[in-house]
Amino acid sequence: MFKNRFFALVLLLIGIAVGYGVYTSQIKADSKYPFKLGLDLSGGTHLVYEADTSKIAPTDIGNAMSALRDVIERRINIFGVSEPIVQLEGGSVFGNNEHRLIVELPGVTDLNQAIDVIGKTPSLEFLLLKDEVKDLSNIEGKAISDLFDTTGLTGRLLERAALEFNQNTGEAIVALSFNKEGADLFAKITKENIGKNLAIFLDGDLKSMPVIRDEIVGGKATISGGFVGEAGRTEARTLVRNLNLGALPVPIELASSQTIGATLGDEALSADVTAGVMAFAIIALFLILWYRLPGLFSVVSLAMYVVVNLAIFKLIPVTLTAAGIAAFILSLGMAVDANILIFERLKEELKKGSDLQDAVREGFHRAWPSIRDSNISSIITGVVLYFLGSSAVITGFALVFIIGVLVSMFTAITVSRTFLLIFKFQNAGAFKRFLFSNGFSR
Amino acid sequence: MFVVTYRKFFYGLSALLMIGSIVALSVWGLKFGIDFKGGAILEVAYTDVRPETAQVKEALAPLSLGEYSVRTTGEKGFIIRTKTITPAEKTAIVEALSKGGVAVTESRFDSIGPLLGAEAAKKAMTSIALVILCIVLYITFAFRAVSEPVSSWKYGLVAIFSLIHDVLVPAGVFAVLGHFQGIEVDTLFVTALLVILGFSIHDTIVVFDRVRENLRLNRREDFATTVGTSINQTFARSINTSLTVLIALLVLYFVGGESTRHFTLALLVGIVAGTYSSIFLGSPLLVTLEQWQNKTK
Repeated sequence: MFKNRFFALVLLLIGIAVGYGVYTSQIKADSKYPFKLGLDLSGGTHLVYEADTSKIAPTDIGNAMSALRDVIERRINIFGVSEPIVQLEGGSVFGNNEHRLIVELPGVTDLNQAIDVIGKTPSLEFLLLKDEVKDLSNIEGKAISDLFDTTGLTGRLLERAALEFNQNTGEAIVALSFNKEGADLFAKITKENIGKNLAIFLDGDLKSMPVIRDEIVGGKATISGGFVGEAGRTEARTLVRNLNLGALPVPIELASSQTIGATLGDEALSADVTAGVMAFAIIALFLILWYRLPGLFSVVSLAMYVVVNLAIFKLIPVTLTAAGIAAFILSLGMAVDANILIFERLKEELKKGSDLQDAVREGFHRAWPSIRDSNISSIITGVVLYFLGSSAVITGFALVFIIGVLVSMFTAITVSRTFLLIFKFQNAGAFKRFLFSNGFSR
Repeated sequence: MFVVTYRKFFYGLSALLMIGSIVALSVWGLKFGIDFKGGAILEVAYTDVRPETAQVKEALAPLSLGEYSVRTTGEKGFIIRTKTITPAEKTAIVEALSKGGVAVTESRFDSIGPLLGAEAAKKAMTSIALVILCIVLYITFAFRAVSEPVSSWKYGLVAIFSLIHDVLVPAGVFAVLGHFQGIEVDTLFVTALLVILGFSIHDTIVVFDRVRENLRLNRREDFATTVGTSINQTFARSINTSLTVLIALLVLYFVGGESTRHFTLALLVGIVAGTYSSIFLGSPLLVTLEQWQNKTK
């Protein structure tokens, strides 16, 4: 008896401490453990890119994809987004060979700007002017492929770019160094095409077209001309930066995009919080009216359930989406199920005329198998949802659902039981019996 | 005993609902959202006065968007649904809407490629099948010790049947809503179906568990009586648990965020169907199975 009372007090204190911790960590402005809100609540952009891996050997795909992620991450970091997420998704689960890149940019609602930063590849190409094209004055309106031959030398083979200045004119020059493969190719092209024009195209625009005078070994080239004045310098500087950030190792295409404005997210969040509070209040009222004293205890354990869950959401941290919050509110209704099962058993035991304390123990004992079986089936659903969910919305829902089921097994059983056992039950009078009965019975 | 005695009436009601759902599904079908078939949704809000839908359509006419729809939302907003579009095309739409210096803010934009959609549909089907399979296996396992008078796999079988019932009814309701209200089903709807599966089996298990226990306690009793008693004993619990869940869902439906409203509706319908099936369909079916078994002996 004394042990139970002590234990109940400890549980109550732990509950209050956790609740206080959750509360203070929320009102502090620069809290270490804020709730992590999904894009649908905080506003932001979610992009899914499809990677075209058809030109890459299957064994290299893994490396190419992680290189892709690194490049994109570098680009986003320059953009200055707080806590961006860049994820790879390989579709091997269903045997299809889709490779995706998922980018989440919290707080970014300008879709075009975001896509520019991510997808903007400075495409650098070296092309040879065709022999038959002699007269360069009359090339207006002709396609690049009619005028030039490809060489296979592109920005992909670039090792690094650097900004230099012409000693005499002060004009900016972009110095390029190729990697081994690029250097060999460059040497071969220059050797075989002496006297021809080698055109350097940047993003489809002709930058310069020097005449090849000699074989160039060592893999160095420069882009000059066109970077005039201050504007030219800035352009050259941006170009060097972009070239160094790297061309994308795998071509990507935008497959899906999602932007949620911050206002819409705010409204959804406050509506959901109100709904949560109201749902809790109505369920609590129902439990107390119907199950009386045990009902009150189940409300205490439900409150414990809420604070423990919120603490877990903060600590893991779980990204809360609208669906996740819906799952949590739904779980409020489901978490009391174990209590209801136990109380119904308790009532039956009391009807049989057992002593109250035995009735409590027996009620818990007999209700356990169905609590266990039913919760396991809920967990199965949650796990399947988590692993097969096709979007962040669904995995967010599933995670909250699983945590809810696990926590409820603890709070509904341990907490309620401890509280019920603090009472002295021998020779319980009519009033006590009334408190422990339920429904319309007296 | 009431439920077992009048089980034919309850079967009839379920049959009616299921047939109605099947008819609605085959005549109208579900209206799939962009999650599954690809496409784009753009939600905009006007700061001042919202123009007429016709004016919006007029503004969008030069853009060659193919087939698209415009619906009003909230007090000052529109939801525009189109085929999958690029961000540049979206910008063109917003520009067209704000022509003449009208202030328009873009609140939401979703564009999903058809390939991703097809994959989401495949994943949805797989997860439903997998959940049903896992649950049946689990029930068969959990009730393995029970073999008399109905063997444990039959509990699993009855459970599947109730599950089909519980999924069919909300699907039917959404077929009707899709036809008359234009409500689409998305991946959240599938999530709702899976939650319904979990909840309903949860409910069914509680009754089955009671049957399991009562079979142990009274070996002599007639099976129909045992099932009837078990239903009576768990009746209050089934109703009360569903009630607390329904309270949570109703509050969420009326007060909660807009984006989860249809999801909540699917859950509401499904949970009611699930509670019904675990009391009035699942356990009485065990009795029916037992009686067939006796006849064929």
